[in-house]
Amino acid sequence: MKDLTSANRRVVFKTVAVTLMMFGFGFALVPLYSLVCQAFGLNGQTQRITETTLLQMPVDKTRKITVRMDANTNTRLPWQFQANQREVSIHPGEMTRVSYSARNLSGSDVTGQAIYSVTPNEAAMYFKKTDCFCFKRQLLKSGEEKEMPVVFVVDKDLPADITNIVLSYTFMRADKYVSKGETATN
Amino acid sequence: MKLPFERKTHAISAFLLMLVSGSALADYKLNFQEPVNQLGQEIFDLHMLVFWICVGIALVVFSVMFYSMIAHRKSKGAVAADFHENTTVEVIWTIIPFIILISVAIPATSTLIKIEDTGDADITIKVTGLQWKWKYEYDADGTPVSFISSLHPDHNKARAVDSGIDVTKIENYLLEVDNMMVVPVNKKIRLLVTSDDVIHSWWVPQFATKKDAIPGYVNETWTSVDKPGIYRGQCTELCGKDHAFMPIVVKAVEENEYNAWLAAKKTEAVAAAAEAAADKVWSKDELVARGQEIYMGKGGCFGCHGANGEGVATFPKLAGSAITIGPDAAHIDVVVNGKPGTAMAAYGNQLNDLELAAVITYERNAWGNAASVVQPADIKAAR
Amino acid sequence: MTATTHEEHHDEIPTGIKRWLFTTNHKDIGTMYLWFSFIMLLIGGLFALVIRAELFQPGMQVVDPNFFNMMTTLHGLVMVFGAIMPAFVGLANWQIPLMVGAPDMALPRMNNWSFWILPFAGFMLLAPMFVGGNFASGQGPAFGWTFYEPLSGQYDKLVFFVFAVHLLGFSSIMGSINIIATILNMRAPGMTLMKMPMFVWTWLITAFLLIAVMPVLAGVVTMMLTDKYFGTSFFDAAGGGDPVLFQHVFWFFGHPEVYIMILPAFGVVSEIIPTFARKKLFGYASMVYATASIAFLSFIVWAHHMFTVGMPVAGELYFMYATVLIAVPTGVKVFNWISTMYRGSMTYEIPMLWALCFVILFTIGGFSGLMLGVAPADFQYHDTYFVVAHFHYVLVSGSLFGLFAGVYYWLPKWTGNMYSNGLAQLHFWLSTIAMNLTFFPMHFTGLAGMPRRYADYPLQFTEFNVMSSVGAFMFGFSQLIFLWLVIKTIKGGEKATDRVWEGSHGLEWTIPSPAPYHSFTTAPEVK
Repeated sequence: MKDLTSANRRVVFKTVAVTLMMFGFGFALVPLYSLVCQAFGLNGQTQRITETTLLQMPVDKTRKITVRMDANTNTRLPWQFQANQREVSIHPGEMTRVSYSARNLSGSDVTGQAIYSVTPNEAAMYFKKTDCFCFKRQLLKSGEEKEMPVVFVVDKDLPADITNIVLSYTFMRADKYVSKGETATN
Repeated sequence: MKLPFERKTHAISAFLLMLVSGSALADYKLNFQEPVNQLGQEIFDLHMLVFWICVGIALVVFSVMFYSMIAHRKSKGAVAADFHENTTVEVIWTIIPFIILISVAIPATSTLIKIEDTGDADITIKVTGLQWKWKYEYDADGTPVSFISSLHPDHNKARAVDSGIDVTKIENYLLEVDNMMVVPVNKKIRLLVTSDDVIHSWWVPQFATKKDAIPGYVNETWTSVDKPGIYRGQCTELCGKDHAFMPIVVKAVEENEYNAWLAAKKTEAVAAAAEAAADKVWSKDELVARGQEIYMGKGGCFGCHGANGEGVATFPKLAGSAITIGPDAAHIDVVVNGKPGTAMAAYGNQLNDLELAAVITYERNAWGNAASVVQPADIKAAR
Repeated sequence: MTATTHEEHHDEIPTGIKRWLFTTNHKDIGTMYLWFSFIMLLIGGLFALVIRAELFQPGMQVVDPNFFNMMTTLHGLVMVFGAIMPAFVGLANWQIPLMVGAPDMALPRMNNWSFWILPFAGFMLLAPMFVGGNFASGQGPAFGWTFYEPLSGQYDKLVFFVFAVHLLGFSSIMGSINIIATILNMRAPGMTLMKMPMFVWTWLITAFLLIAVMPVLAGVVTMMLTDKYFGTSFFDAAGGGDPVLFQHVFWFFGHPEVYIMILPAFGVVSEIIPTFARKKLFGYASMVYATASIAFLSFIVWAHHMFTVGMPVAGELYFMYATVLIAVPTGVKVFNWISTMYRGSMTYEIPMLWALCFVILFTIGGFSGLMLGVAPADFQYHDTYFVVAHFHYVLVSGSLFGLFAGVYYWLPKWTGNMYSNGLAQLHFWLSTIAMNLTFFPMHFTGLAGMPRRYADYPLQFTEFNVMSSVGAFMFGFSQLIFLWLVIKTIKGGEKATDRVWEGSHGLEWTIPSPAPYHSFTTAPEVK
């Protein structure tokens, strides 16, 4: 009987350990997912690099790709947000600067967060940015208008069959994520 | 709650009729709708290939099973054999399915790669899902042209609980919109699919194109149409109350017709913007009339607040509410900027000043409400 | 403990409400699980009938769309977490100790807990439905049983839902720990793992699946809770989250979950077919390996539920290949069952009818599953009635029929009485016909393009929806025959022998019928 009790205790101990581990694993899936997205460009996640790295990147002058700028504003955010260029035609490896502009249409100060997507998904891992307004939350005072630049490069290793890339930004309201004492971004 | 018994008996007789006349079955759709592009045809063929493989396997497996069930009955004097394993057959029936699967995987792989190849598109259209309508955005030589496409108002009336309208008399019931999406034939059309609130999914069965619309992220897919016509689809991801009532209707036309349509849409958009921006003072009746149209149509307000302003299920009622009969500033604020944390969207981006003024005026003066008139200039000032 | 105290226990069956509240007896707890799940089956079935009443005709006649969504949501949740899962735990409670020759479950007090949590969880899930005093303004969850974010985040009584899921998770995990401990530690001398009955094997694997994935489910609902009330942003893009992440985490739980609901049914059928074919189960070892492979594969195929969310093509290809691979071990199981019948000496008592029906209809569900696994075609099937048809073939004619088979197989052992063959035949045939009438036409409505979770539909889908509705009502009312039959059998009937069935095999048939309150107080010897 004693043996059985301790055997049972061992099983309980091990299974509870597995349970807790799997509960933790559920949460670990969150960073794991971002890592996988970053590494493989899943979900249009792009890579961030420094400007020095960017300038050292070789340029492939033999082909051109079109990057189309797309802007979306979530209806819960009372802003007007648009791309200042429709599209640019660039060489892979070439440093490119484009800009968007946003204006707060409401009577109060509002914070927004831009989320980027690059399509096709396969292109995302070759799409690298040094500067982007999406890295931080943006605060626009009532009626304020702001130009928002993006500096990027498309790696020359981009597969040859990709000739067309869409860079999308969606601005969403992020007031509830601004912590107390957080200074106005940008 | 009440059951419509008259209709029920009608349906039961129809059902019995169907059982007796097997030929009637021919009229009922048993398979995919006819594909209208090459990729759709390829997917259809793949579907049929897998289907026939399944039928083949089923015939073999069930034949053996039924043979055993019939031939080896105890009542026929069958005596149980004593075998209970055989490595050879067990290996064989592991390997054969494996080979069959490979033969399915090969064509499936090539089709899948084609589905995901969005490169070299001729035109790009942005599709945004909203609760519970679609927004289409075109690029007309640099000018964005966008419009909302929602369930046709007649259908909306008919689909209300106990509307008293016989829906079986309505042509294309639930598959008609106020503003159709228009595309040119024989072009590769890239679709950028996104959402404003919850996940929706854009599907036109005959195009074999289905893509989820995810808030914050932009998905990409493509389609093409081989012949002109009107094609109908529906939202395929549960998106709340009116999930079943946000159809997709696409009109495919020749290229020149498409260009003419887009040019007209552009002119229309410019004119509407000018009208809204003009400093005109509108009469109450004009605003109420326009407002009702928006309330029941592109604004989709009735979906939550009800055609009679009484509110649907848990959504707030507008008839006699503090907001609609109170000061106009608060009312304008909630419509223009939305109410964070609820399903109430900010309409400041969706409607222009005139439309906002109209719908707010309508809400303030309908269903027994009698409050102030709001002018486009008031909206402009409040922004 | 001495032998004398054992003998004393024998005669002591507590009476009244206390017997059920405080019981640690595996048979009592098994009985409570089974009754609870049957009540939930009726409640979930009632919800299904509201759905089918609304869909009987195009146009909205019975309920408003929000209520309709609430019905589809609660039907799914109640059937999965309230009916199917607890019913299998009930079978496990009754049968595992009897089949491995143990006096009770390993952790009897915890066993009591894991049951008594359930009614509270059920209450918490259903209570918001009654808020507001009338059904029309009911505020139950209406976001589908898969509760995808961000739609579920719009629900203002989310906290009830989250805690209901937490409680259900606690119950399942405790139940599983108990089952694992019982199987690993309490087997009769001589019963090695590879001599265990298949039902015990499938439950051992299921229990491991449960402790692996129920915590992930608890995690995902916890994230929803903090997103809604504590300002985190796991699933909100505006705060740096991703709604698609929700689906990945959910289906990491959700896919193994569907095997949790079918593996014990495989076990039941693997017990029944040899009994009525009077022949040993063919390929016992390969059956064990196939079950284990299915369980393993279930962890690496989750994203086949999400082909349309926009994954890169490499991901879609991987999930397609891994998914269709499941057909191999599943095929092995079906071939083994058929080989068991081949050259057997077959009779067709009630449990066998259910088991045979299971093999045929589950295989049909498997075929549609294979079709769904082929990604390019899945783009057309996804979220249509074809999917609804598929999972009802595996869950109704799979899991539920497996449960009925098990109950009809062991009921004489539990009650000591044989049931009425006539009623049982009626229940079987009505259920089978109605089930096919309900769900077979859904394949067609789905292929023709009707999306699932639709409160109303275009006219071309009318005929098949009428058929489904007629079938559903027939199916629903047939279950009342079952209720009547079970009550009648408990009250009396022709006395069952100890072996009950001519071809029965295994320890549970060596003890008297009805099984005494305390059984195997001295362990049997297995050779």
